[in-house]
Amino acid sequence: MDTLDLARWQFAITTVYHFFFVPVTISLVAITAGLQTAWYRTGKEKYLRLTKFYGKLFLINIAMGVVTGLVQEFQFGMNWSDYSRFVGDVFGAPLALEGLLAFFLESTFIGLWMFGWDRLPKLVHLGCIWMVVLGTQLSAYFILAANSWMQHPVGFRYNAERGRAELTDLWAVLTNKVVLVTFPHTIFAAFMVGGAFVAGVALWHLIRRPEVDKAVFRSALKIGASIVLVASAGVAISGDLQGKVMTEVQPMKMAAAEALYETEKPAAFSAFTIGTLDGSKEIFSIKVPYLLSFLATGSFDGEVKGINSLQEAYEQLYGPGSYKPNIPLTYWTFRLMIGVGMASAAVALWLLWTTRRGRAPTRWLIYLAAPLPLLPMVANTFGWIFTETGRQPWLVFGLLPTASGVSPGTTSGEVITSLVGFTALYGVLAVVETKLLLRTIRGGLAGTDDPPADEPPDGSPEQAEKPLSFAY
Amino acid sequence: MELTTVWFVAIATLWTGYFVLEGFDFGVGMLFRVLGRNEPERRAAISTIGPVWDGNEVWLIMAGAATFAAFPEWYATLFSGFYLPLFAILVGLIIRGVALEYRGKRDDATWRGRMDVMIAVGSLLPALLWGVAFGNIVRGVPLDADHEYIGGLGTLLNPFALLGGLTFVAVFVTHGAIFLALRTTGDLRVRANRLATRTGAVAAVLTIAFLAWAQVLRGDSMSLALMIAAVVAFAGGLVANVARREGWAFVGTTLAIGLVVVALFVALFPDVMPSTLEPGSTLTVVDAASSPYTLKVMTIITAIFFPLVLLYQGWTYWVFRKRVMVAAS
Repeated sequence: MDTLDLARWQFAITTVYHFFFVPVTISLVAITAGLQTAWYRTGKEKYLRLTKFYGKLFLINIAMGVVTGLVQEFQFGMNWSDYSRFVGDVFGAPLALEGLLAFFLESTFIGLWMFGWDRLPKLVHLGCIWMVVLGTQLSAYFILAANSWMQHPVGFRYNAERGRAELTDLWAVLTNKVVLVTFPHTIFAAFMVGGAFVAGVALWHLIRRPEVDKAVFRSALKIGASIVLVASAGVAISGDLQGKVMTEVQPMKMAAAEALYETEKPAAFSAFTIGTLDGSKEIFSIKVPYLLSFLATGSFDGEVKGINSLQEAYEQLYGPGSYKPNIPLTYWTFRLMIGVGMASAAVALWLLWTTRRGRAPTRWLIYLAAPLPLLPMVANTFGWIFTETGRQPWLVFGLLPTASGVSPGTTSGEVITSLVGFTALYGVLAVVETKLLLRTIRGGLAGTDDPPADEPPDGSPEQAEKPLSFAY
Repeated sequence: MELTTVWFVAIATLWTGYFVLEGFDFGVGMLFRVLGRNEPERRAAISTIGPVWDGNEVWLIMAGAATFAAFPEWYATLFSGFYLPLFAILVGLIIRGVALEYRGKRDDATWRGRMDVMIAVGSLLPALLWGVAFGNIVRGVPLDADHEYIGGLGTLLNPFALLGGLTFVAVFVTHGAIFLALRTTGDLRVRANRLATRTGAVAAVLTIAFLAWAQVLRGDSMSLALMIAAVVAFAGGLVANVARREGWAFVGTTLAIGLVVVALFVALFPDVMPSTLEPGSTLTVVDAASSPYTLKVMTIITAIFFPLVLLYQGWTYWVFRKRVMVAAS
């Protein structure tokens, strides 16, 4: 493998890994904030206990999200320096805004929330976690705006003398139609992950230790499963809108998602296909007529462009070469994203049904407890792989091919070192984190039932001597 | 002021903030296992940075992102050129961040011992390597006509840069020890105070040597004045430390670190990456900068929001201003 392939593998591995933690963080902090708000408003102890329990799990998770995010920022310069030179003027701005408006907010208020239980007035302490929620949402928005610019560049001009893209309209970048549909889609998908996590953990407790804190975990199960259901509706609606925008701005991605070689009108959606390895011939498939036309264009007999005609058009526009992404990869990740996502919604619905009106979950449902949080996470991962590999061979669509973005001076030895290093480190950390999460989950609500004291007056001996809660 | 100069100042400010703030939490990270003789002491030591270290680290993320946005060529040349040291810094910051968060999540001595090693190594490695990196930025590295780094790893490990690394470590250890003395009570406080005096003497010698060498390499009268001020501030901090005036001692090391970083950037300006080969391949602020429009919108947004960041970060330090007590064991 040359430097380009190694750098691509490194980006793929570190990004997919980072994106395991991001959706959990985004949603779990909001759910924790919601639980704490419920406690603040109702004074019910169960909400406080759930706040502390899920808050602790959130903290374990965000630690990994933060440290793996560091790698993301630095590797643009390390492995993709020509890309950085080309896009820095445009792409750097949302990235800097993410730091200035989101990361400072998130990290500072997490510290205040974590250590402030007994130091801050209740309402101020509650405000702190909502500031973290705001920070994670802003962070998602800015990074998706940066990414959406790579899918559909707007608000810039090409400066031939400097050989780079230059920003002409920041507002256009921040209101790019791609980010306007991608942001809600990603956030709803994140809430499916967080809801399933809350529900899965609660389900495990209800079955494995049915007498311990039953009522509390029952609430958690219902809350989690309801979040999954509502969020999945949001994912479906925003995903539908996103499909139409994608067809408009990246028709090749839609054609590749469907492995549609010839232009069709109306076009059918294939739920399942066995084809040749490069996807050029179809051996067996199950098709839903008109559906692809609707997904892509909003009309049941709309025309969907095929890969071959797009390839011809792109060759005329950009010169000879292949403009096709890896078709089997895009085809299957697209389907798995939708299929696994729908499966997790179905599981959530079923859980709500089996626990309706005070019914207890049956023992064998335990087999759902573990995979439930993983299902939407897997769907998220497939969605991410689909959207990034579907853009290939472009790094910035229509402007910069992936091969032109790699660092010219970096040796493959350097990239191998960091690739192996990060992969090994991430592997070890995955084991450590999973063990710690499982341990904390098994620990349950123990130690969460002491309500925080009202803030003692400044300078009183009680305050100075109180150990920091949630601390080391 | 030219917008390119404004952003050069902005980036110098971010690095200054980063080294002043993370400087002491790196110091605490390297020291807490040495100074804390038992678990309650170690816990107290590490609790002094608990609420703030994560916010401190964002100054680094901001420095990186601002360089990317305002000086893409600088970001590209620097980060691809210093590839392996940066990789090691990232590994250090990763294991440190995880260990800081996970240390107290299990009540188990072996677990904590492992996490402690990760915190110490993860604090030492970035402190050392940032010193090496800044030494090289000031000294200059081989760049070709496309501003592309053409040296190897060995080029970066030159005597001046290594001295920079040692200086950063010694100064951060002292800064951290003074912070610990300021934020704890009892025995721990006394020990931190004594240690700061001893490491402070070493740090002072290293700092003077490093700054003098930097001045010979690339100084002007302005940088010389700042360096002298830095040394005076550091000496003042150490005197205050001996007198057990912890607040003033911390002000002294804070000023000293700030002035050293500013002096290095002043010495560098208007270059951002000097080349040791052709003078023509040196990267200057103007070569590296983004377009005027980008710099303008970023200036406006930063002018509005950065004061807000300073306000709430300052508030965090206010909320946790009380000394951390060592829990009775």
